[in-house]
Amino acid sequence: LNQALDEELERDERVFLLGEEVAQYDGAYKISRGLWKKYGDKRVIDTPISEMGFAGIAVGAAMVWLRPVCEFMTFNFSMQAIDQVINSAAKTCYMSAGSIGVPIVFRGPNGASAGVAAQHSQCFAAWYGHCPGLKVVSPWSAEDAKGLLKAAIRDDNPVVMLENELLYGVPFEISEQAQSKDFVVPIGKAKIERQGTHITLVAHSRPVGHCVEAAAVLAKEGVECEVINLRTIRPMDIETVETSVAKTNHLVTVEGGWPQFGVGAEICARIMEGPAFNYLDAPVVRVTGADVPMPYAKILEDNCIPQVKDIIFAVKKTLNI
Amino acid sequence: ASRVVVASRNYADFASEATFEIKKCDIHRLEEGPSTTAVLTREEGLHYYKTMQTIRRMELKSDQLYKQKIIRGFCHLYDGQEACCVGLEAAIKPTDHVITAYRAHGFTYTRGVSVREILAELTGRKGGCAKGKGGSMHMYTKNFYGGNGIVGAQVPLGAGIALACKYFGRNEVCLTLYGDGAANQGQIFETYNMAALWKLPCIFICENNRYGMGTSVERAAASTDYYKRGDFIPGLRVDGMDVLCVREAAKFAAEYCRAGKGPILMELQTYRYHGHSMSDPGISYRTREEIQEVRSKSDPITSLKDRMVNSNLASVEELKEIDVAVRKEIEEAAQFATTDPEPPLEELGNHVYFNEPPFEVRGPNQWIRYKSVS
Repeated sequence: LNQALDEELERDERVFLLGEEVAQYDGAYKISRGLWKKYGDKRVIDTPISEMGFAGIAVGAAMVWLRPVCEFMTFNFSMQAIDQVINSAAKTCYMSAGSIGVPIVFRGPNGASAGVAAQHSQCFAAWYGHCPGLKVVSPWSAEDAKGLLKAAIRDDNPVVMLENELLYGVPFEISEQAQSKDFVVPIGKAKIERQGTHITLVAHSRPVGHCVEAAAVLAKEGVECEVINLRTIRPMDIETVETSVAKTNHLVTVEGGWPQFGVGAEICARIMEGPAFNYLDAPVVRVTGADVPMPYAKILEDNCIPQVKDIIFAVKKTLNI
Repeated sequence: ASRVVVASRNYADFASEATFEIKKCDIHRLEEGPSTTAVLTREEGLHYYKTMQTIRRMELKSDQLYKQKIIRGFCHLYDGQEACCVGLEAAIKPTDHVITAYRAHGFTYTRGVSVREILAELTGRKGGCAKGKGGSMHMYTKNFYGGNGIVGAQVPLGAGIALACKYFGRNEVCLTLYGDGAANQGQIFETYNMAALWKLPCIFICENNRYGMGTSVERAAASTDYYKRGDFIPGLRVDGMDVLCVREAAKFAAEYCRAGKGPILMELQTYRYHGHSMSDPGISYRTREEIQEVRSKSDPITSLKDRMVNSNLASVEELKEIDVAVRKEIEEAAQFATTDPEPPLEELGNHVYFNEPPFEVRGPNQWIRYKSVS
């Protein structure tokens, strides 16, 4: 993420970063470390605690000549500013019949962290994914993070990038190709992280890692899972999922957010509407966050997020083994 | 019918300019305010008169079309407030920027959109300035960013535009308008703070027409000194019914901003003859007498006319000719707006994204799909 910001700030002088603590503090989660020192006050701007105000300012700047990256310290705080994201950013191109574009990126950590309790743990994939005019991306690996952030900054549309605080601390191998300054992960394309034949697992963000783990455990029992990393929530690459389901005949979706009206629910609906329905040998199963506000106590919190064992259980239920 | 010339005046008979006394502005955190006199040339006077009259007649035509159900949804009319948008435009350059809320038809016109395109947008036709996709509250043109429906949301946007002006060192300012109702929105105070902190070239303008929908200013605000609400931001309270007063104050404000001193706030005291919108008769919270009094004593167009005639800048007949020309223009525009076809159904899916390769958009069911081009 830091590399992506550095490269894009260097590449295009219209790009700038604003948010709470992004400059002199090096970023609340150190994502923008070193950038203020390198680029200065004009390009990396510390804001007061005024989400609605600074998100609106960022959208206004994007409507003219600039390409802002607006950081929300967590997406929970984006709720303060959600009107600017939806009504000012997402809808403006349509309302103006294409005369005003809003090339802005809203980014920050999304979803559950560890022990931060209910007000700091909500997943916003479904809320933002609901709205036409927005693009919504959700990286898992380091390559995803770098490539999607670069793509988002270069995109002429408002992009919401849902990162994950727990993933910030996880190391990933990164390919030679991904180290290039021009490496971009296309928005709207899912990635198959692991090939399989018996069942398809679809996830976004941190749960992709859990699916990969679950797949490793299940492989020992002779069950080969195909793991799909959605990468983009909107526009969703349902074709990759459909192609996979046509091959495996079974589907489990995994997400951190609440079940009702969630990403998994959307996948189920689209699978039913498309050709893949005829290939299903069992109903689609969703693994999601528990349908409660996030509790604090570790034992409770652990049981509110989808774990590897939950995925394995869902797979076995679906395959009837 | 032939036109009978009742009296003819040689243009050499008119004065080329005149100086008028204008009301002194109340000031906040300023050493001095704008000048209390304004020079008006004949040319300027005729231009302001024509522009205000065009807006007046355009809004009245919209009222008529709305009652005929040819315009639907929300329609917030600007008649009474013409001196504000005309005075402001006279003080700034076309390269400056303007953003306002939903009572936007006046500004849409002064920023360069034709009456034709405005009315056709109101009637939802393909010849509308937003191809019929935006409607009354979402009209845009170069350096004019709407037309915004969410009360107060346009204020941070305006400061963002000002930030972009400062970023590239362009000597441009952004007029960021809001009403007396919106003035109590939290995001406006967040914006005051950041604009002052970062010295953004943003001119905050509160169009105080005394009522936020049905709520008078006394019932909505603990302090109705809107020009002081910016606290640490200097402010001016301006007679918004006098186009010259608005112009001089705005020139003063623009000069302040362009000098890099940071934001400034102007409160324009004005009045709307119509209710909040076409759904509001506008008489349940104010008296007909009050409306009538403003009309007879402070109407912006009548005031300018009186000034010009009394100072020999123009004749009554000349101004009447302008009225006739304006009526004709509005009629033709309304004719276009009522006969132009609605946008084709194919337009439904377009412009979801900007600069994007074509893709498909879902309709009311999975079999109905629309192509989306940018």
